[in-house]
This record gives sequence, structure tokens and C-alpha cells, in this order.
Amino acid sequence: MNTVWAVSGAMLAAAAVATMFRMLMGPTTLDRLVALDALVAVTMCAIGTWAAFSMDTTVTYSLTALALITFVGSVSVARFRVPDIAKPADPAKPADGRQR
Amino acid sequence: MSALDIVTSVLILSGSALALTAAIGVLRFPDTLARMHAATKPQVLGLLLVLAGAAIRLRGNIDVGMLILTGMFTLITAPVIANRVGQLAYREYNVRDDLLTTDEMDESAADPEIDSRPQ
Repeated sequence: MNTVWAVSGAMLAAAAVATMFRMLMGPTTLDRLVALDALVAVTMCAIGTWAAFSMDTTVTYSLTALALITFVGSVSVARFRVPDIAKPADPAKPADGRQR
Repeated sequence: MSALDIVTSVLILSGSALALTAAIGVLRFPDTLARMHAATKPQVLGLLLVLAGAAIRLRGNIDVGMLILTGMFTLITAPVIANRVGQLAYREYNVRDDLLTTDEMDESAADPEIDSRPQ
């Protein structure tokens, strides 16, 4: 069983580092929002693994709190953020950040 | 190591592996829509697998209900976030059009009968 916990922890740590790289690189707010969602989900995976490893159920309440708070946070950011000036993938399209 | 322990190990290991693949997808995919896809579908499945493994390991405990609630909330809220992020990414040209096979939003935007704008 110890190998299971070690391997699971190593994979989750690598996943957290990868999502944090994306959050640093951007390039837009939406990419950072997506990376933040992924990071919170990795954290929830880690908390669940910790609960299973230590047989300690006090941390399970934080799982539910995270699931609810990350939803409110993501929807609020998506709703109220300032739009980026986006570079269009197609040069024929407007480059001034106009929305469709 | 009983049979239930083996089931727990398999569930938690596969859930962690899915979380890792989702993170690699978030890091490596080319545009916001693809990253959003990686961050929602494999991520939610990995979280559900880990929660199932933890629930089997903590069986008989009253706090297993919190794990079930967490899984339900994640299943309910993940599509909402994906919808909002996807629509915003499309409207602000954060999508590589050459990677799309069909663009149904474009047709609805050209047709004034269909109002594709949110709210």
C-alpha cells in the first residue's frame, strides 16, 4: 500500500506543477482560469488521497467547501473579468479585440 | 492486503493518472478550447475515481457522505464552468479556427433569427 500512496502523491505533485506552469504562462485570463480550475481539482484529488491514506475524515469537509467555492469563483471571474485584447488566429479577422 | 484494498489502490492510482494527463493537456494543448476540454472531462473523472477509492477505504464512516456530495457538486458544476469559458473563448477569438472541424456558432451568428449572444 505504501507504494500506492507514494506513486499517487508523485503523480499529483507533477500535475500541480504542470498546471501552475500554464497559470504562469497564460497567455489570456481564460487560460489562467482554466489552469486554476485544474489546480483546484488536483488539490481535491490530493485531499481525497490524504483522507484515504490517513483514515482521517476531518478533511472531507474541505473537499465539499472547495467544490462549491471554486464554482462560484470561476463563474464570477468568467462573468465580471475585463476582456483581454486577443490576437486573432486568422489575420483576416479584426485584431482590435472585438467580440463576435 | 485484502481485495478491497486492491480496489482502492487501483481506483486512486487511475484517478491520479487521469489528473496527471489532464494537467499535461492543460500545459501542452494549443488553444483555450482544447485546454478547457482537458481541464474538465479527464479531471472530473479522475476526481470521481479518487473519491470512490477514498469512500471504499473509509467505508462505514459517516463522513463518506461528504465525499458523495463532493462528487455530485463537481458533476453538476463542471459543465457550467466549461460552457461559460468556452463561449467566452469563442467570442474573443481565443480559438484556432483551423483546428475546428465545424463551427456551428458561426452559422447562428450569421442568422439574425438565432440570438447566440449570452444573457
